[in-house]
Amino acid sequence: MEDFLYFFSFQDSSIAFIVLGITILGIGSAYVGTFSFLDNKALLGDAISHSVLPGICLGFLLAGEKNPYYIVGGAIVSGSAATFLTSWLKSNTKLSEDSIIATVLSTFFGLGIVLLTVIQKTGNPEMAGLNQFIFGNAIGILEEDLWVYGGLSLIIILSLSLLMKEFSLLVFNQEFGRAIGYPMDFIRLVFNILMILSVVIGIQAIGVVLMAALLITPGAAARFWTDRLSTLLILAGLFAVISGITGTYISFVLPKMPTGPWVVVCLSFLALISFLFAPKKGILFRYISRRKYLRKTHRDHVLKSLFKATEEGKKGLNKNELLSLYPHHKKETLGSISYLLKHNQLNNIQGLIELSESGRTEAKRIVRLHRLWESYLNEYMNIAPDHVHDSAEKLEHLITPELEELLDNRLRYPKLDPHQENIPRDHDDI
Amino acid sequence: MMTFDQNAFLIISTASMIAISCGLLGVFMMLRKMSMTGDAISHAVLPGIVIGYFISGSQRGVEVIIGAGLLGILATLIIDFLRKKAKVQLDASIGITFTLLFAIGIILINLLAYKVDLDQECVLYGEIAYLPIDLWITNSGFSMGPRITWLALLNLLLVGSFIFLLFKELKLTSFDEGFGMVMGIPAGAINLALMSMVSYTTVSSFDAVGAILVVALLVVPPATAFLWTKDIKSLIKLTIGIGIGISVLGYYLAFWADSSIAGMMVTVGGAVFLISAVLTSKKFKFRLGTQSNQEAFNS
Repeated sequence: MEDFLYFFSFQDSSIAFIVLGITILGIGSAYVGTFSFLDNKALLGDAISHSVLPGICLGFLLAGEKNPYYIVGGAIVSGSAATFLTSWLKSNTKLSEDSIIATVLSTFFGLGIVLLTVIQKTGNPEMAGLNQFIFGNAIGILEEDLWVYGGLSLIIILSLSLLMKEFSLLVFNQEFGRAIGYPMDFIRLVFNILMILSVVIGIQAIGVVLMAALLITPGAAARFWTDRLSTLLILAGLFAVISGITGTYISFVLPKMPTGPWVVVCLSFLALISFLFAPKKGILFRYISRRKYLRKTHRDHVLKSLFKATEEGKKGLNKNELLSLYPHHKKETLGSISYLLKHNQLNNIQGLIELSESGRTEAKRIVRLHRLWESYLNEYMNIAPDHVHDSAEKLEHLITPELEELLDNRLRYPKLDPHQENIPRDHDDI
Repeated sequence: MMTFDQNAFLIISTASMIAISCGLLGVFMMLRKMSMTGDAISHAVLPGIVIGYFISGSQRGVEVIIGAGLLGILATLIIDFLRKKAKVQLDASIGITFTLLFAIGIILINLLAYKVDLDQECVLYGEIAYLPIDLWITNSGFSMGPRITWLALLNLLLVGSFIFLLFKELKLTSFDEGFGMVMGIPAGAINLALMSMVSYTTVSSFDAVGAILVVALLVVPPATAFLWTKDIKSLIKLTIGIGIGISVLGYYLAFWADSSIAGMMVTVGGAVFLISAVLTSKKFKFRLGTQSNQEAFNS
């Protein structure tokens, strides 16, 4: 708890500084990552982040120490090489995209490992600092490094915000952008450079192996909450920042613990919550709305059977007769009956279940939609009368009043459906 | 010192066996456009290895293999779940799944560091160079030779017989899953079996080449072979050849540069791939004049 207060009260100016750095850095990466996620290129980020390892090692070898300029420079060079190679291979060989990405990723990483072991054998005491790049160590970032990384993040955030329109075109409709005269290839180049930059700065905190998560997961999670690009970007940034700070805090409390894995676990947890509980797109929400819909259709069917019974001259049906109509749906049928009784669409008169006035209107509407659709299929689509029932069985729950009006109009208010059954209307009884 | 002694022979043959096992599976992964899933599995088995290690107390336990196998299958199930139930696009599902599982693995290694003799570096590049001193000693004290070599041999036999026995089924479901289903081949089961073999191979090769470089051996030799041929039998033969070639070259280059053998194998593989890609690329063919006029016109 003491650690918690110490950390989050920012008494220590260097902690405040690091948290600020992580915040900017997380926003930058999430920002770029969301665009590449929308562009269906999520794994390109993974390839780039594995590929910067040899560049980092080369930068280290050239500088002989952990100099941020050399390291960022090396990382940019090898990240660009990997990006270029990926697109070159894609247009010049018959390999599929995922093979290409996996090949580039693992080869560059292999090369990085070779260089890393070479550096290890040289016995350079700064070697320990290099290991941070693999799994990340936010606490270990030095203040002067932070200026470089923070500055780069700001450049990324600014250029993405200023060129928002261009990048949206790139992601959503490249062909359209080209048609109205935007230099799409140049925009893609700029975007790739921004992606490489964001990887280069992100690996400080999260490491090359897990950097992909910082690019992919915030966007994927935020996508569940909104359809608007601006909200999406803000949410993704927020997720990244929360996870970044959590990871930093944990490696502050447990100094041996790398930051990256904790950032990823926290991000994935946020993503899981989004997948499960987000309104509209979440699994739970979709499950509930599907169940609601199934119950509604079953109620419609019960009403319909009762209406058909009245057409045959009966006043109503008793419970067992209704249950026997839906042999494998006993629970649903009982549920529907009690729901409809409660909402006064049915009356239970001494064991005989009858339609009430409002129930009768509703039942009529469903039967009418069913038979109208059958007539439409028969007349306009030339489908034989014995083939139209199944489609109507589905559409009767979906046709809106506007559509009903249109159908009625087209069919010139028919009296009979293809099976020569009456199409019931609200004022028939009069 | 670049001699061919017993250690060199052991290391090269073990590396070749691992490369061949990975390559054989990799061919089918590539044909199914599942190379990145292979990548995901090889990252995702890490927590299984750590937990198995923790339970059994040794790297040699069956628990390690079971744990890794379960995690590999779990990874494919999570990817499927995210894609089908949560409707996340495939590449993002892969990215989310493997980063999460790998992160959990790294955290477990750090938390259990006092108990588990695994470190992050072992995860990264394995220790094939120490293979000759890691001996399999039977209960009666008789030394049977390097443990990892035996593991690789067993793995190769299993993978080999898996491919040999299910060759027709694998081929059919790789090229045309729908047709395979019509022929009565349980495509889902075949797929799961392939994934289990990939997980098992990852674990078995983990000691030698590390979790991440297994991916390279899964992906790079088949991709290189695919540049040269489309016929599945020659694809497999070429993959095996490349696997052996990069093991030999990788060993000696690593010796020369005094660096990680597994990393060097992958680097050599990447170089071979790159050269092949340039040689077989459309532009290069055009310059050599081997392209037909029509194609030349188009490009």
